[in-house]
Amino acid sequence: MDKTTKKLALGDYGVARGAYEAGVKCASAYPGTPSTEITEYIGAYPEIRSEWSCNEKVALEVAAGASVGGARAIAAMKHVGLNVAADPLFTLSYTGVGGGLVVAVADDPGMFSSQNEQDSRFYGRAARLPVLEPADTQECKDFTVLAFELSEKYDTPVLLRLTTRVAHGQTFLTEGPRREIPVKPYAKDIAKYVMMPGFAKARHVAVEKRMGKLAGDADGFGINRAEIRDTALGVVCSGAVYRYVREALPDASVYKLGMVYPLPIGELKAFAGKVKELLVCEELEPFIEDQLKAAGIACRGKELFSRQSELSVNLIKRAVDKRFRNADGASVVTAPAPASVVTPVGVGMSASVAAPASVVTPDLPPRPPVLCAGCPHRGVFHTFKKLKLTVFGDIGCYTLGTLPPLEAMDTALCMGASVGMAAGFEKAQGRDAARRSVAAIGDSTFIHSGITGLINAVYNGLNTTVVIMDNATTGMTGHQNHPATGKRIDGSPAFALKLEDVAAACGARATVVNAYDLPAVENALRAALAGDGVSVVITRAPCVLLGKKEKGAAYRVNGRCVNCRACLKLGCPAIGSGGTSGAAGGQTARIDGGVCTGCGVCAGLCRFGAIESNSQFTMHNAQ
Amino acid sequence: MDIFIAGVGGQGTLFASKILGRYAAEAGFDCALSEVHGMAQRGGSVTTHVRMDAKVHAPIISEGGADVLLAFERLEALRYAHMVKRGALIIVNAERIDPMPVISGAARYPENITETLKKQSGNVYEVPAAAIAAREGGAKTVNTVMVGYMAAKLNLDFGKLETALCAAAPPKYLDDNLKSLRAGYEAG
Repeated sequence: MDKTTKKLALGDYGVARGAYEAGVKCASAYPGTPSTEITEYIGAYPEIRSEWSCNEKVALEVAAGASVGGARAIAAMKHVGLNVAADPLFTLSYTGVGGGLVVAVADDPGMFSSQNEQDSRFYGRAARLPVLEPADTQECKDFTVLAFELSEKYDTPVLLRLTTRVAHGQTFLTEGPRREIPVKPYAKDIAKYVMMPGFAKARHVAVEKRMGKLAGDADGFGINRAEIRDTALGVVCSGAVYRYVREALPDASVYKLGMVYPLPIGELKAFAGKVKELLVCEELEPFIEDQLKAAGIACRGKELFSRQSELSVNLIKRAVDKRFRNADGASVVTAPAPASVVTPVGVGMSASVAAPASVVTPDLPPRPPVLCAGCPHRGVFHTFKKLKLTVFGDIGCYTLGTLPPLEAMDTALCMGASVGMAAGFEKAQGRDAARRSVAAIGDSTFIHSGITGLINAVYNGLNTTVVIMDNATTGMTGHQNHPATGKRIDGSPAFALKLEDVAAACGARATVVNAYDLPAVENALRAALAGDGVSVVITRAPCVLLGKKEKGAAYRVNGRCVNCRACLKLGCPAIGSGGTSGAAGGQTARIDGGVCTGCGVCAGLCRFGAIESNSQFTMHNAQ
Repeated sequence: MDIFIAGVGGQGTLFASKILGRYAAEAGFDCALSEVHGMAQRGGSVTTHVRMDAKVHAPIISEGGADVLLAFERLEALRYAHMVKRGALIIVNAERIDPMPVISGAARYPENITETLKKQSGNVYEVPAAAIAAREGGAKTVNTVMVGYMAAKLNLDFGKLETALCAAAPPKYLDDNLKSLRAGYEAG
């Protein structure tokens, strides 16, 4: 293996590298797991003007404008982000492109960090767009380059669909040089770019003609290929699933789709004719299977597999072992010889896939993700709980405030939903309900799509209290800048949006409090809830993981602790039980000085004065 | 060879898999790494899959398919014991990190974890990785100690592993990491 040109990299990096090599000039995105790193990597290429956009709709519109302006452009987002960007997407299908336009969308089967597991391939069919699906990092790069070529050749945006295992999986990648693509001169073309009914009717004709041509050409695309091996079983698959299939069924014939919409129906018919049984392996919905059946190609698919979560080597083996057998009753699954670099002891891979009996007892304590030690959201959630509020939550780290012991969130639907939901709740439950409920939303999420909800609540005479939990970053996805941080994607200075000014401009009363000052947080909340009209309480303190924040001196538990466990209800990872600081030598709370950041929230809560800052204690900063 | 790494968010499982990925490149193997970002990282249970072989297809290790379980925390070792083959190499950092349900009193931390794991495999090692790391490079190099220990048990090429670490580690922490890798290797 040539180490000078091959490197191990994330699928997201492959997309970024592909965009770079394809001569892309504009990249825009809102961060969202598992798509975030695409744009983080692109942001490091000075040849590409990249940005964190306010939301995915804006990101796609920026990319669309760059495309009209003759440059190659890419917009990246997670699956639910494509819902936000769906409005421009559907009509971009009609306008087509100037410079090539690619929308990279990352699905999350298994929901590692998402609120649903929707299948973005349907957007291709619904909006009449080609959908490419790479299987590994090399394909991420190659398919991105190809997507730009197809976009320009067929005058269409192209969807590049990833899943978590491809986006956040690393495999080897060979890099190439960047190809500079000159920006096309702009020529006004209202029949193509102004989608009023008269023009749009003509463009819809063009869209259908384009999709017909793509469907015809799909049969000859190199990224769709038949791999003929044993013809007892043929499997149609794409993306990460192809890699599971190759391992689970090494001898089976495979039709690997690189383009999952439109399908190369002619070639798939021919493939089906060569194999005795045809199986479609796909994660989530029967997207390929339904199209094959509609085309009269007999196959099996979701009768053997769940629509939920991911597929795996074992799931594919088990399904095939159960349902597809040779005439002599033997399984068509053949076990590959283990080629491990260590000598495996005990069972290797077997055709029957007998998973070893596990010693694990089912009642292990779970380890859910938690708010970090010193997180500025913690005390705010504690206050919500203390005031017994109904909390309409939103999407971000703070969604973790739902879990025990904080248990301070009632709903989490989608980006920005908290504000509108709190307003609707008042409409259903009456004015008094607004005195016992809040919308809780992060700073980045508020800018993404909370602002319109706020304007709406003021306009419609509601009494919503909106709490903007402002930690000065987009925390969950790894600290991306946004319009209120005063910095752009490359760290260059930008106008810093003031959230209190935005709230005032929307017609809401705004208060700003220090998120760690719980009496102030409580007073501001009480005042906002009691008052008429819409109030905004901004609880402000930077994310504790931001590099610029200095750790304070750690706290410790002293002899006054009576083991009442009140501090443990904060759910802070620095506080545990099993300490022995008590005067009587009994059990007390215990603070891990290496984890504590010195935020002081617990000390403020302790009624016995048993938690104190140890200023003599020098923080052992272990790098 | 399939190595399943389990730990708690913040313990550096990603960095451990990065070193092993570089090692695979150095040793001329095909390789696939799979990791989880985002919400799953916030102090939760975190796993990464490291696969290296002449040719690797699937992005993740199958249940019951791992040759090695490298666990940075005892409870996490138990949680993912079903991922390994019978008789697989199981290396466990002796550290105990209470999850929130244990801290809040809603659940109990299981007892006798190592003994339970030994029912799964006769090849279980408990490593005082935190103590070794504290001695060599500071508390943050538990991951490198664990990789070093595993390298000894698997007879990996230590020179290539050092080269891999040099390529993967930020220069500022390289010395601590190299010391910890060697200390882990010598302990193994």
